[in-house]
Amino acid sequence: MMNIFTWDVLSGVLRTMIALSTPFLFAALGETFSQLSGVVNLGVDGIMLLAGFFAFYAVFLTGNVWLGLLLAMLVGLVMGLMMSFVSVTLKAQQGISGIGLQMFGLGMSSLLFKVLVGTVTSVTGFRPVKIPLLGDIPFIGSILFNNNVLVYSAFLLVPLSWWVLEKTTLGLKIKAVGQNPAAADSVGINVNRIRYFSVCLGAVLAGVAGASLSISIANLFQDNLTSGQGFIAVALVYFGGWSPVGVLGGALLFSLANSAQLWLQVLGINVPASLAVMLPYVLTIVVLTVAVNRGKQPAALNKQFFRGEN
Amino acid sequence: MKLNRIVTAIVLLAVISATAFAAGEKEAAASTAAKPLRIAVVMPSATTDMAFSQSMWNALLKVQAAMGGPSALELKYSENMFNVPDAAAALRDYASQGFDIVIGHGSQYGSSIREVAPDFPEVVFAWGTDVNNFGLPNVYAYTAAAEQGGYVNGVLAALLNKTGKIGVTGPIEVGDAKTYIDGFVNGVNSVGKNIAISKTWTGSFSDVALMTAAAKTHIANGAGALTGSSQSVVGSIGACKEAGNVLWFGTQSDQATLAPALTVASQVYDWEGMLNDIIANRKAGKLGGDAFVLTLANGGLKVAYNHGFALPADVKAKADAAIAGIKNGSIKATP
Amino acid sequence: MAFKFPVKSLAGREPSHGEGFEFFLRTAIPFLGVIAALLISAIILLFLKTNPIVAYSAMFQGAFGSVNGWSQSLVKATPLLLVGLGVCIAFRASVINVGGEGQIILGALAGTWFALTFPDLPRFILIPGCMTAGFLAGAFWGLIPGFLKARYKVNEILSTIMMNSIALQFMNFLLQGPMMDPEGIKAGTFLAQSARLPPTSWLARLIPRTMLHSGVYVALIFAILVYIFLWRTTIGYQIRAVGLNPRASRYSGINVPFNQMLSLTIAGGLSGLAGVIEVMGVHRRILEGLTGGYGFTGIVAALLGSLHPLGMLPASVLFGGLLVGANTMQRAVQIPAALINAILGLIVLFVSGSALWIHQIIKKRKTAAIVVALPKAAAASEETKS
Repeated sequence: MMNIFTWDVLSGVLRTMIALSTPFLFAALGETFSQLSGVVNLGVDGIMLLAGFFAFYAVFLTGNVWLGLLLAMLVGLVMGLMMSFVSVTLKAQQGISGIGLQMFGLGMSSLLFKVLVGTVTSVTGFRPVKIPLLGDIPFIGSILFNNNVLVYSAFLLVPLSWWVLEKTTLGLKIKAVGQNPAAADSVGINVNRIRYFSVCLGAVLAGVAGASLSISIANLFQDNLTSGQGFIAVALVYFGGWSPVGVLGGALLFSLANSAQLWLQVLGINVPASLAVMLPYVLTIVVLTVAVNRGKQPAALNKQFFRGEN
Repeated sequence: MKLNRIVTAIVLLAVISATAFAAGEKEAAASTAAKPLRIAVVMPSATTDMAFSQSMWNALLKVQAAMGGPSALELKYSENMFNVPDAAAALRDYASQGFDIVIGHGSQYGSSIREVAPDFPEVVFAWGTDVNNFGLPNVYAYTAAAEQGGYVNGVLAALLNKTGKIGVTGPIEVGDAKTYIDGFVNGVNSVGKNIAISKTWTGSFSDVALMTAAAKTHIANGAGALTGSSQSVVGSIGACKEAGNVLWFGTQSDQATLAPALTVASQVYDWEGMLNDIIANRKAGKLGGDAFVLTLANGGLKVAYNHGFALPADVKAKADAAIAGIKNGSIKATP
Repeated sequence: MAFKFPVKSLAGREPSHGEGFEFFLRTAIPFLGVIAALLISAIILLFLKTNPIVAYSAMFQGAFGSVNGWSQSLVKATPLLLVGLGVCIAFRASVINVGGEGQIILGALAGTWFALTFPDLPRFILIPGCMTAGFLAGAFWGLIPGFLKARYKVNEILSTIMMNSIALQFMNFLLQGPMMDPEGIKAGTFLAQSARLPPTSWLARLIPRTMLHSGVYVALIFAILVYIFLWRTTIGYQIRAVGLNPRASRYSGINVPFNQMLSLTIAGGLSGLAGVIEVMGVHRRILEGLTGGYGFTGIVAALLGSLHPLGMLPASVLFGGLLVGANTMQRAVQIPAALINAILGLIVLFVSGSALWIHQIIKKRKTAAIVVALPKAAAASEETKS
């Protein structure tokens, strides 16, 4: 029996947690904006895939990670426009159009990968940047302050999103549109414009999430690279009760459970692997059942807005 | 109602034109009359997966090149056929289109082959990985003794290891992912150094992100070498590369291109010899009834050393000795 | 060819004809969406240096051009219809069931377990027994998120997605050990599949040399049952009331959480039934990739059928045919299979986007009806005045 509770193992668990949570954070924070404005975007996974591919492809061709990131954001924007056009302008059933977007992203990314690249190739993605002084703090330094730019941005995005949502007029407008679009409309807020903005913002962040998979974590692209992570990200928004801090908690908890189960296996603790892999999913449901964060759902979530009819 | 008529007209137009196209296509298909050998293959993942499906597709392309290109051997594929009824439809479709050899490259296609093959007694069917040809005269079964190359990789990994720890990143403990890893563990233990092997299973053949995290976990725990199976191990290879000093041992396809400095060797499934045998048998009038097992001895399995990696001569000698031992039966790859 | 639909009149005469027109619109316009998506996809095909006409005719031919094609399309339509019926019931109670994948797996596992445990039962008990086991297991997998939603207000999108992953790992766990085919262990192949079901539990094949099995009848019967359930029973009425207006139904004494839980449970049961029918009719054992993505594509089929049990009959056959035809097209013109997903995605986007059209046309007609009706009403009031 090895000693499980050593500092090394603990710091390893936490480091893996931070790495795993990055794509969830980007995607789920983005989805939070989208949902607060009243639009459920189930297509996050598809956006992550297509954007992840383009990020990879740009780095594959030029070696420039920033170009890859930019392209991923652009692809996210375009797919966000698609989603908002179908769901906001054309008033589609959001859950369904999102599944369409996901299938489209899954198919297009694999198709382009096959036609343009051909076979699995790895690239050099974002490199860790150690923050001076802070990075030298024992234990914490190596976990928190020795990551790459995308990881730092993901965590900085949490307070930033909170600030935008709670302290700015824009945030108030987004929430007003999600709570009561007819009332928002009557005080002169352009409901559709706000929804377009929120969905596109969410999609751009989903694009960054895809890039963080393909040019920061895995440093390659392959068919269905996300394996459904985008759906988990959507679930984490519900988990987080539509607040950036809640989303952070959900992303960290889910990643912690995943990281812990990997460590359990590595350390040779005798648990059947499939049951260990189940752990994050079971834990998420259990925590949500026990925790108290209900009744905050935007009232107009998943509802189409017909001007002058509601 | 003007709109009604427009809608109706569009729907009718679409239906009529679709039927017209369909009718035209039927005639066009009938008039193709060339005489190359025709092989079709149905695969569960993409032809570019760097693993199981790619190993078969590459072998087919090699056979095609050796026979003189598309004019001598016509190839068709159906990829990503993870849905079995789709695969069954594809198998039947290829057989009824007059393909000479139809390959179901996935162990989940067994029951489909079993149903389709009796209806096309003149067509050769091959499927794997399994050893069961259902007693049908026109079915070949094939499999790979993945534990053999696993054993050799294990010997190499143990001899080169300096940290006392080796990590295994697998998808689900089934099929050749299991047998390869069983052989690998056995190979490591045969060297007699005190090396701890830890295994992780991600529960998915495709989850690259979790596989990457698993590999990084092994590395953080001090593993000096990693191996693993399935198309998601490209994530593990990436983790080795990022760490910079963790060795990689591949299987199924030659994975050296993914980490040229760190890949020591890959076990390669080379279906080419088996395909040539099936083609030759067919010419001789034998349409099935055998089970092929790729082994090191019959050349179906190869250990591809990566020339970019400076392998010490004494280590290579011991690995070659292990290969020879497995070939002549003096070494058993699994206990 | 002149279709004439009487204008729905506000005076209340023959409202059913107006509904008939709405029904026509709701069914016809999704088809236009499909055609529009195929036109866009034709551009992608041109980029791949493929003739779209050749490709699409292969698609149509593959799906509906032969007995084999038809039977393939029906084989696909069977699970799509069952899963879609569940989605439809849940949707009527304002619950979104994304848990089809997991429910299919649980149903398949339970049915297989039943058949392998009681192989000696006579056929007429064994087959219904397997189906019941599958239905109950799927229902149980739907009941959990249903209960969590009713009792703890846990969002069902979250919980059903999680339940999918849990079911998948549970199946992996069983197939690696307790349920692994003993023959595979003996042969040393260790394949991730269960033992073969006893032949007495196989569903009959309806057409020789095809996979079409009698499960398609079961699906058909359930479509009618679901229609009767939703429109002809009190519980069905309550479920629909919950979906139409939760607040109003709460005031009128309907137990909203209970009805939502019930609808999710039934939805799970139907998906579980789809799973066990796949096992008994198609695979005859459990193996990897069993769900075939029907848990998700079933949602799309439900949408194509306007979330109505009867509308879903043609919709599931059409969508099944689309899936079959797409594969035929891939074989015929040898394009990467990934394109199929891209095309399906576009179809879903276009079809869901066509909702506005339907809404606006219906609205326009209603306004038109008001315009027609108003002078009459005015005239009538004039008459009473004088």
